[in-house]
Amino acid sequence: MSLVLEKTPMPSQDPKERIKNFDEVATGYTKEMALKEADRCIQCKKEPCRQGCPVEVDIPAFIAKIKEEDFEGAIKKIKEKNNLPAICGRVCPQENQCEKYCTLGKKGEPVGIGRLERFVADWQLETGRIEEPQIPESTGKKVAVVGAGPAGLTAAADLARMGHQVTVFEALHVAGGVLMYGIPEFRLPKEIVQREIDYIRKLGVDIQTNSVIGKIDTVDDLLEQGYDAVFIGTGAGLPYFMNIPGENYNGVYSANEFLTRTNLMKAYKFPEYITPIKVGKRVAVIGAGNVAMDAARTALRLGAEESYIVYRRAAEQMPARKEEIEHAEEEGVQFKLLTSPIEIHGTEDGWVKGMTCIKYELGEPDESGRRRPIPIEGSEFFMEVDTIVMAIGQGPNPLVPSTTPGLELKPKGTIVAEEGTGKTTKEGVFAGGDIVTGAATVILAMGAGKNAAKAIDEYLRNKK
Amino acid sequence: MYRIVAKKVLAPTIKLFEVKAPKVAAKAQAGQFIILRVDEKGERIPLTIADFNREAGTITTIFQEVGYTTKQLGCLEEGDSILDFVGPLGKPTEIENYGRVVCVGGGVGIAPLYPITRALKEAGNEIISIIGARSKDLLILEEEMEAVSDKLLVATDDGSYGHKGFVTDLLKQVLDEQEVQHIWAIGPGIMMKVVSETTRPYKVPTIVSMNPIMVDGTGMCGACRVSVGDETKFACVDGPEFDGHLIDWDLALRRMNIYKDEEKRAEAAGSCGGGCGCH
Ligand SMILES: Cc1cc2nc3c(=O)[nH]c(=O)nc-3n(C[C@H](O)[C@H](O)[C@H](O)COP(=O)(O)OP(=O)(O)OC[C@H]3O[C@@H](n4cnc5c(N)ncnc54)[C@H](O)[C@@H]3O)c2cc1C
Ligand SMILES: Cc1cc2nc3c(=O)[nH]c(=O)nc-3n(C[C@H](O)[C@H](O)[C@H](O)COP(=O)(O)OP(=O)(O)OC[C@H]3O[C@@H](n4cnc5c(N)ncnc54)[C@H](O)[C@@H]3O)c2cc1C
Ligand code: SF4
Ligand code: SF4
Ligand code: FES
Repeated sequence: MSLVLEKTPMPSQDPKERIKNFDEVATGYTKEMALKEADRCIQCKKEPCRQGCPVEVDIPAFIAKIKEEDFEGAIKKIKEKNNLPAICGRVCPQENQCEKYCTLGKKGEPVGIGRLERFVADWQLETGRIEEPQIPESTGKKVAVVGAGPAGLTAAADLARMGHQVTVFEALHVAGGVLMYGIPEFRLPKEIVQREIDYIRKLGVDIQTNSVIGKIDTVDDLLEQGYDAVFIGTGAGLPYFMNIPGENYNGVYSANEFLTRTNLMKAYKFPEYITPIKVGKRVAVIGAGNVAMDAARTALRLGAEESYIVYRRAAEQMPARKEEIEHAEEEGVQFKLLTSPIEIHGTEDGWVKGMTCIKYELGEPDESGRRRPIPIEGSEFFMEVDTIVMAIGQGPNPLVPSTTPGLELKPKGTIVAEEGTGKTTKEGVFAGGDIVTGAATVILAMGAGKNAAKAIDEYLRNKK
Repeated sequence: MYRIVAKKVLAPTIKLFEVKAPKVAAKAQAGQFIILRVDEKGERIPLTIADFNREAGTITTIFQEVGYTTKQLGCLEEGDSILDFVGPLGKPTEIENYGRVVCVGGGVGIAPLYPITRALKEAGNEIISIIGARSKDLLILEEEMEAVSDKLLVATDDGSYGHKGFVTDLLKQVLDEQEVQHIWAIGPGIMMKVVSETTRPYKVPTIVSMNPIMVDGTGMCGACRVSVGDETKFACVDGPEFDGHLIDWDLALRRMNIYKDEEKRAEAAGSCGGGCGCH
């Protein structure tokens, strides 16, 4: 059998059309495409791909099932390790994880592991063959989970399967965390996230929305109310700004606000939905991660004529998933690399009219191993824009840490938690996801939720 | 769902709701606020906690109908429910015995001022309250404010009741006549700005309650940022109360107008916003 060096292409909406709607961009493999792609996998004995997956999905085994057209078997295999395959198949940065280690990647393109994972997950959702969950006998123990992002939801689901009574407290009016408020509909349809959440509810998990822990109750209150353990998965939702002059002019958004208005509040359906969003004709998004790509592509769909990514470093250093960068390019997002704003200018009545930028060149590698950008003296230039979205990163929200005495924190405000268990410095309190690692990925947050669930279970069993 | 257990019309466009929200009521303190969303398609809007009853498990809010959501809310009746109601948000007022305190309230701002005034009174302060509205029929909570103040002064823009003119005219008189240790001022942005300017030469600490546009109310979006001194603060978590002398007022007032055009569109397109028959 000869190797097929290219991935089976992913069908997707035409870029010219898709920038006029919020429907999903990549429409997913058909059965034929999935079989063709699965056939490329050579079933390596050493399973290198598997080591690249943070939750160690048994990749060769699930692909083998696809080859046999046993999709049910394939999804079962995946779900042994990953509760949310329809989500991970779409948003995992596969090129840095499973697919990075795929043997085929040495000569050609790696197997489209994420695409196959998505295919079987969607197949299961469409054919409706979702097993009714078995609810085990109750252990009589109660666990509180703070934050309904991927970390909290995964921990909650696993703990419920172990027989513990779980209540999730979520600050917003819906569960899902970044999956609901951050990642746009055109990349991750909210219906898919909602179905996963409904499933977790079926496991007996009680999800209480509109509950800001630290305000309505503190972690100590929860422990006093009879919860035997608490898991903190409050994410990294605090938006960073650049602290440059003019940043508070009207028309400067944090990416969180821009995306929350659009995704969570459905401002793209304004005025049917009442929350407004204001997007000008020329939009600059500062940063080049997934968040930045999402904002730049959202701006186009909201009617911007020009959408720019403005980034201090070079193309190879952009942290976004490769696929998102490609999609952004196809859609007409323009890249201003080695460039960063130093001042924002406003009109008389306080609206953004442009920004002064400076050019950079790459110097020696810094601590992160990436070549450090160095400003070029005298390279300042004016860029005319009327909307600016800051997507330069997010930190941990201090609401829970600052109201929970006994939690040790890192200098940047993340919670110190033991690797592999999520155990914090406070008795009975565990943490995981972005609140521990800083902004990371969906699959890492899930992995942390899983590990913490195991550790909490053990803790509860040993506790009198 | 959060049920409206009582509704009162305080003035033609100012309404009071008592909403059943026991967990919020258990923790609420003067100076804090809630965010509500009327229905699935609704916007999240912040309203100050005007009062709370821990036994009954209710939160009182008082709001002025200014746009789509507040008008839609005004159409709800006793027994109806609000979809989402989250709080208590923001930092509580720092209540201490300061000595003599002046509490200045304008329009619907008197509502959030009331529980703060009451708490300051209970802490032993001597209270001089100055409240104002455009005209007599828009003046709310006069009796309640009187009950928790040692002295109450009233101003209306049109002179239909009390002093004809602004609350700041009365405030200046008070400051000229006696020593004052602390001032609270809540009302429209422009009023809080003028109060802060009035008190600056007297060097009396002046606390204002900022009401910028908000989305989540938990420090996640930055929509609510205000410049205080040289720093950018998020009003929903660092406030809503700040030192009025340090606020960049021009910026704050501008940021409140970001969605002016869209607000008009929402109202025009709205099914309620006037069209429900009750306006
Ligand atoms: C726009 C965007 C795009 C992204 N794209 C990708 C991608 O393509 N691939 C990828 O792998 N990762 C992506 N990420 C990163 C990924 O989404 C996060 O790493 C992941 O969601 C972290 O999960 P979490 O459960 O730790 O936190 P979150 O998802 O942030 O969830 C935390 C939850 O806790 C709630 N909460 C916070 N404080 C409180 C409180 N005091 N009380 C109660 N609840 C509280 C929040 O409202 C939220 O619902 C993206 C992130 C963003 C913002
Ligand atoms: C912390 C906080 C506490 C508040 N407490 C109260 C309260 O107790 N009672 C009350 O009546 N209002 C209060 N407000 C203001 C209230 O949230 C707004 O009036 C409401 O969001 C307007 O929504 P709308 O859809 O009806 O009007 P919109 O259609 O959004 O706006 C109509 C008009 O109101 C102005 N406006 C919009 N947002 C605000 C705002 N945040 N503050 C002032 N004017 C605004 C607009 O510029 C416009 O002219 C508070 C705001 C904050 C941030
Ligand atoms: S969960 Fe993510 S990393 Fe793991 S196999 Fe699936 S796509 Fe790859
Ligand atoms: S490394 Fe690639 S080819 Fe080998 S088993 Fe994994 S997916 Fe298949
Ligand atoms: S309202 Fe979003 S950060 Fe304050």
